[in-house]
Amino acid sequence: METLLTAFLASTVRTATPLALASLGEGMCERAGVINLGMEGTIIAGAFGAAVGAAAGGTVLGIAGGALAGLVVSCVFGIFAIWLRTDQIITGTAVTLGALGLTSALYRVTFGTQGVALSIPTLAPLPLPLLSSIPVLGSAFFSQPVLTYIAFVLAPVCSWFLFRTRTGLIWRATGESPEAVRSAGGRPVQVQLLATSLSGLLGGLAGACLVLSQVGTFADGMSAGRGFIAIAVVALGRWHPSGILAASLLFGGSSALQYLFQAAATAIPYQVFLALPYMMALVVLTSGRRGHAAPAALGGKLENSLS
Amino acid sequence: MSAILRGHASTVRFLFGGSVVVVLLGVLAGTIALGGFPVGASLQSLVRGSIGSPDALLSATFVRASPLLLTGLAVALSFRSGVFNIGAEGQLVVGAAAATFVAIRAEQWLDVWTVPVELAAAAAAGIAWAIVPAWLRRRFRVPEVITTIMMNFLATFLVSYLVRGPLQEPTRVYPQSSTFAELARIPTVHPMVRLHWGFVLAILLALFLGWALRHTASGFRIIAVGVNPRAAEETGRIDVDRLTWLVFLGSGALAGLAGGIEVGGVTYALYDNVSPGYGYTAIAVALLAGLQPVMVVPSAILFGGLSAGAAAMQRDVAVPAGFVEFVQALIILALLAAPHIVAFMQQRLARLQAVEQQGAR
Amino acid sequence: MTDSALEAIHIVKRFGSVEANRDANLSVGAGEIHAVVGENGAGKSTLMRVLAGLFVPDAGTVRVHGRNVTGWDTRRAIAAGVGMVHQHFMLVPTLTVAENLVLGQEPTRGVRLDLAAASESVNSLCARTGLRVDPSRRVDALSVGEAQRVEILKVLYRGARILILDEPTAVLSPPEVRELWTVLRTLKARGDTVVVITHKLDEVAEISDAVTVMRAGETVGCLRTQDATPAAIARMMVGRDVVLAGDLVRHGDHAPGAAVPDVARRVALEVTDLVVARPRQRPAVDGVSLVVREGEIVGIAGVEGNGQTELIEALAGLRPTEAGSVRLNGREIVAFDVRARADVGISHIPEDRQRRGLVLEYSIADNLILGLQHRFAHRGVMQRDRVRRNADRQIEAFDIRPPRPDVPARALSGGNQQKIVVAREMGRDFSVLLAAQPTRGVDVGAIEFIHARLRAARDGGRAILLVSADLVEVLALADRVAVMYEGRIVVTLPRAQASAEVLGPYMTGAQRGAKLS
Repeated sequence: METLLTAFLASTVRTATPLALASLGEGMCERAGVINLGMEGTIIAGAFGAAVGAAAGGTVLGIAGGALAGLVVSCVFGIFAIWLRTDQIITGTAVTLGALGLTSALYRVTFGTQGVALSIPTLAPLPLPLLSSIPVLGSAFFSQPVLTYIAFVLAPVCSWFLFRTRTGLIWRATGESPEAVRSAGGRPVQVQLLATSLSGLLGGLAGACLVLSQVGTFADGMSAGRGFIAIAVVALGRWHPSGILAASLLFGGSSALQYLFQAAATAIPYQVFLALPYMMALVVLTSGRRGHAAPAALGGKLENSLS
Repeated sequence: MSAILRGHASTVRFLFGGSVVVVLLGVLAGTIALGGFPVGASLQSLVRGSIGSPDALLSATFVRASPLLLTGLAVALSFRSGVFNIGAEGQLVVGAAAATFVAIRAEQWLDVWTVPVELAAAAAAGIAWAIVPAWLRRRFRVPEVITTIMMNFLATFLVSYLVRGPLQEPTRVYPQSSTFAELARIPTVHPMVRLHWGFVLAILLALFLGWALRHTASGFRIIAVGVNPRAAEETGRIDVDRLTWLVFLGSGALAGLAGGIEVGGVTYALYDNVSPGYGYTAIAVALLAGLQPVMVVPSAILFGGLSAGAAAMQRDVAVPAGFVEFVQALIILALLAAPHIVAFMQQRLARLQAVEQQGAR
Repeated sequence: MTDSALEAIHIVKRFGSVEANRDANLSVGAGEIHAVVGENGAGKSTLMRVLAGLFVPDAGTVRVHGRNVTGWDTRRAIAAGVGMVHQHFMLVPTLTVAENLVLGQEPTRGVRLDLAAASESVNSLCARTGLRVDPSRRVDALSVGEAQRVEILKVLYRGARILILDEPTAVLSPPEVRELWTVLRTLKARGDTVVVITHKLDEVAEISDAVTVMRAGETVGCLRTQDATPAAIARMMVGRDVVLAGDLVRHGDHAPGAAVPDVARRVALEVTDLVVARPRQRPAVDGVSLVVREGEIVGIAGVEGNGQTELIEALAGLRPTEAGSVRLNGREIVAFDVRARADVGISHIPEDRQRRGLVLEYSIADNLILGLQHRFAHRGVMQRDRVRRNADRQIEAFDIRPPRPDVPARALSGGNQQKIVVAREMGRDFSVLLAAQPTRGVDVGAIEFIHARLRAARDGGRAILLVSADLVEVLALADRVAVMYEGRIVVTLPRAQASAEVLGPYMTGAQRGAKLS
């Protein structure tokens, strides 16, 4: 039983890690008033970038490649949705479609027409001294690849940044009222571009995490909707970094359930387990708009100085 | 965006969109070259596969345009009323599944009624798939953009289960349904081509929707609600929630129908990835059409040609089809940005004029 | 009053913990024009929405012609002939006037929409009521006054005989206001009943037969207009004697700056030939030059939409300028952005406080340092104790209520929200204050307070550029008065020579004067 629980927790943390990275990115972005539906695209781009980087020069280059690719995709989103003020929702959808198509094509170009599975170096678990020897929890939480630790450290850092620093004050104000920020001498466009870039960076890391510490290779569409689920995670986490981290673990847990049940109950089609996180996201979203947790100016466009 | 959503379409707009497409074909050529493929041969293959011959048109381009037409209409209709249905993909897929169910299980006793019932089942399944996000929007104000995307994934899992379970072909080897019997197939317009009557049905639907939006009270209300829902609500005589709910379901029906037509007229079987992303391409189709139902027809044919050409390119020169998806995304982005770029240029012009006037004084 | 067309009795309406109406009463006689006045937040709009079926009251009774209709919805209200003309227009901009009017009850022939019939019925309605609008024009091409006429027509088209107008004059120019009065008198002559919300007391005297005064969610009195004086109504509105800005003007005891503005005083702000462009139209600001000296208030009067907003925003750095120069204490700042201008001594009270002045979800304390956050941070980390001390000091100095720094700005009344903005902008070092509509939508008590603050700053040697759509306010505060019309300053006069009679023709473009200044 204990090993089963440990396995469940470990797989929860493992599946939660890319989701947590992406959701933190999305959450920070939404806090600045931008809903980045291109997140899915940044994850797949990050995965591809990580595969290329790792194949070329090992895991460190893989992580860097993932982050860079995610950053590039989010910059495309930012240029259109923030700089040119196109509709955020449709721009995000288009950026995602473009990234999915381009990575699929480039993968075939780079790794052969059949897209045969390539083998790349992956991230080994990095057990933390002492902590990893705690019974049950130790190996689940403290014997993970380095990206997991980054995700866990990032949540409090984001909190501190948003609520304790001068830039965080303006960042959140941009999400509530970009006009007020502009009147106060702030630069909402810059803040939103920065927020979008950060979300792309984290989305890219999420993709890198999929390739380097989970699957070990690249596959078409391997982001599998995580970028969209991240939006539900952000709503469940009430737009607060620590809430987002907790919500990611919850979603990770629902995915991990399939490993737990698959052995026991073979009568249930495995697709049901695959569908679980998506169904959970639907349920979660019903509570998302209650209260005033969402930034007031979310998804809105900055006022055009013409009007 | 607002300009697009209000449906400010005109021939000029379409021509503009067309020229954007031409420019982006240049981008496509560049991408292909960067990928290390022979550009000339690739583009030749693209043209040959789409508009190069009557057969390419009738057996490839128009065939691929059919589901794009219906899903494009689904997207255009919903966007016009302010409903962001990104779920055409999922609605199409479950529509295909429902049609397959009818075709395989009920063909014997439905006889000549198989195809109509098949298509009705497809539309009904599309509605059923749209009901969930529509209800979440109406009851909980959950943004439909995210819920419809979630429903797309669920539809994929559903089909994945069906073709490995209840609808799997009898030998239980391949993850797909058995092939439709002759009675369950939508007839082709001519024995020599693959083009089926579903294409004609889609065009008739486009013409009807175009007329209805312009000339009926319901269409008038849909447009008003899309532009300013509060003004419509305030009349006290338009139930905005109910109207958008109905449009949402209607949109789902159109997308579901697209799935029925695809399995009944083209694939004659259900399998994973039965749609190569028609529901997503539909967004580009609808935006290029300026959300005008009638303009969806040429727009869908254009994207159908692009898709048919991409398939030919992959077949002949092994250029990955992903490049074409990438170019489609660029087309959406270019269409979105166009009004903003025009506004920006007008602003610059106004400044120049102001400065000139000042100088002249 | 047995012939009451519309009655509200002991209405209570709560929103969460806020009681918008505590004991609101209203009795409107059939065929009269009835004014409802009160400070912002007195509950006028809430009461009207209860009457029109938009809100269901928590207690109390609504009667129409004696029939109890409490808790009805808009649909039944419209059916019973009660219609509301909203302050914020609810029109579909891409449709024509006729299409907007018939929306919801479109005439059809078979299943086809019959727009010709729509146009015809709208024409005949216009003829009957004397409200003239071309039914075939698109709504987004109409002026504000015309759009309001469409709103009124919309309500009439649905058969309303009792009209409720929510602050109809707030967006209108003086000639448009006069036209509105003509329309309302026509409706009255037809036997219709009209309820008008306003907080301008001169309008009450001009148009209404009776007036109901509300304060803090309660009705405090109902008078025949002929028996009421503005002072008496004002006293009922705030519950004490107030100095009306208009009184100062009328009685001529306007107190200008400590000394009459002296040409020898140092020029603080000098604007020369400033141009702000607009696409496809003539420039919004078309070569404005003006000077504001230390220790003086220059007031810009004018009908809204003549470039005042653009001028102030351009001076604050929020809007790009095409030509001209802006000098602050002799230094050219036209290339400076918002922050740089603030740093060299420009303070700005923006016109739209909810959108530009405040982050509504932020606390009072955070709003009080918005834009000054770098002074309350050490190496990028906010110093919460200093933010808090600043808030305590400002809340006391500007009498912001409730006096709790951690309350979000959204929870405050309009007047107290404005006090936050005023406190922030006037509580820092500045040499020029740009004050745009500083008392719009603010209650009488807060107006008095803000005016006193502006005068005190002027007496302390600051330069203030005031823009206000309220001519009375400009005349009460300014040492010199300029009028803006179509993007230009058409006249500048010392306060002593300015009066509503002199300035009126300039404001409407009937007269253009040589630039004095």
